Amino acid sequence: MKQFLFFVQKEFFHLWRDKRTVWILFGMPVTQILIFGFALTNEVKNARIVVLDNAQDGASRAIIHELSASRYFDILRNLRSPDELERTFQEGKIKMAVVLPAGLENTMLHERTATIQLIADATDPNVAQTLANYATAIIMDYQQRQLGEQTVPYTINTEMRMLYNPQLKESYNFVPGVMAMVLMLVCAMMTSISIVREKEMGTMEVILVSPIVPIRVVIAKMVPYFLLSALNIASILLLSVFVLDVPIRGTLLLLVAECLLFTITALALGLLISSVAESQQVAMLISLMGLFLPTIMLSGFMFPVENMPVPLQIISNLVPAKWFYYIVKNVMIKGLTLEYVWKETLVLVGMTTFFMTVSILKFKTRLE
Amino acid sequence: MTGELAISVQELTKRFGDFTAVDAVTFSVSRGEIFGFLGANGAGKTTAMRMLCGLSFPTSGQAQVAGFDLFTESEKIKKNIGYMSQKFSLYEDLTIVENIRFYGGIYGLTDEEIRSKTEFMLHHLHLEDQAKTLTRSLPLGWKQKISFSVAMLHRPQIVFLDEPTGGVDPVTRREFWTMIYQAAHEGTTVFVTTHYMDEAEYCDRLSIMVDGRIEALDSPQELKKQFGVANMEEVFVKLARKAKRTEA
Repeated sequence: MKQFLFFVQKEFFHLWRDKRTVWILFGMPVTQILIFGFALTNEVKNARIVVLDNAQDGASRAIIHELSASRYFDILRNLRSPDELERTFQEGKIKMAVVLPAGLENTMLHERTATIQLIADATDPNVAQTLANYATAIIMDYQQRQLGEQTVPYTINTEMRMLYNPQLKESYNFVPGVMAMVLMLVCAMMTSISIVREKEMGTMEVILVSPIVPIRVVIAKMVPYFLLSALNIASILLLSVFVLDVPIRGTLLLLVAECLLFTITALALGLLISSVAESQQVAMLISLMGLFLPTIMLSGFMFPVENMPVPLQIISNLVPAKWFYYIVKNVMIKGLTLEYVWKETLVLVGMTTFFMTVSILKFKTRLE
Repeated sequence: MTGELAISVQELTKRFGDFTAVDAVTFSVSRGEIFGFLGANGAGKTTAMRMLCGLSFPTSGQAQVAGFDLFTESEKIKKNIGYMSQKFSLYEDLTIVENIRFYGGIYGLTDEEIRSKTEFMLHHLHLEDQAKTLTRSLPLGWKQKISFSVAMLHRPQIVFLDEPTGGVDPVTRREFWTMIYQAAHEGTTVFVTTHYMDEAEYCDRLSIMVDGRIEALDSPQELKKQFGVANMEEVFVKLARKAKRTEA
């Protein structure tokens, strides 16, 4: 046991001497949470648009008024002819143009259908889509009110309720994702690098000649990164709750327990990588390509798994982050209890046991 | 430990696939002896040494190290040997004192022992002022001397040195050998590989490996007489020329 403590102490010395890395490891989750929380949002406010009003009648003026009154749009100016349209877009000053057809009110009243053209700059497809949706909603709203004044036999209204995240906040989605990413990076990558470094430096040989039991070496290597991860989990959760207003609806105990479980999964993966890699660069590459990318791409955090081609969906089941992401989302946002996520938890436990066993076996055989 | 032999090896062999790195070598080393292990690059000396340290598993043969069987009692062997590898084996981002503390700790020394050994070592190597210096910033010669002292921390019966003076200047090498003599004088068996023929002359007995086999084994004086040459260099060259293996 004392041998073990000496080893852990040594690992802390390594970390302490490499303060820059510690700051990166500790600062990264905080920065990521803040960037995702405040900068990365699909919401568009005060987008500049132009209007080409060919109608100049009551209806067109009313619609233009509605658009300019909304906080989503700033009407830069009114165009006089369609020729100006392309030039305005090319100047890059506007994101969208609204073209109202001549005789709009007349058409509405007599033909009972009218078309308003929305032209959006789709170089940024997400923004274009969002703006078009906003404009459509505003125009529909106007139409709804017009209909209300007239007597129509019936109308169908849809009423939407957004469960668990009524404000459709992106942060609800990425907090669990960032957590998975950070744990993968801190635990898996750093553990593998720190073990491979000893191989590279030649100190591993000296350790293996000494009477210390190899399994203790491995565990001692994991301790600092486990603690660092625990701190990261705490800081992410605190930031989420107090800065981004993401609630923790489930029990904190279950949430933390699941996070620690995933931390161990990541540590086991790091150990596995270290038993394959012969240099720090290789360990880093494997961690990034083999763990970090799948965590981002296939966990469902950036792109919904349901929309992927079937082979990718099957592969995504092998990514531990996918299960972790599901669990955290359900426990944290939906407030579900273990009763609902025990299957996913079991998958994670199984994966962890498997990785641990394989890597410890591999670590031992390497000595012979 | 029973008997006078520190190391006793019979027909020890290591094969990597078709390649026989060490081919049925047999030799023994007495207690307190400085035993030089020579050979051209790729002759198999490092592999042989790694087997004796428990870093590499022998394919066949028998060996007793510090009185324990290499195959069945490797844990006991580990407690009784020290090892200094070819690569620099201290942690560069730790101070001298932290390195001593770590290696003392994993060999199970008590805090009290570690403290007194650290003091003794710093004093002995005239490093009192450098105690808090990161090992990284020390000159190579000093590092090697500290490495050796660290390998001797737990007073092992046998210490294995794998090319300990590679790249070190002649003065420091001389000082290093003074430390080796001192250790041998105190009863530690020293098993050392080297490329320097002047160092070979310092050894009590020498073995020269060619192509995985021990081609010569005797004291430097006897070897020179046997081959009818004036110095070890010529003995070595005569033997090494017979090698069929190209450098691995």
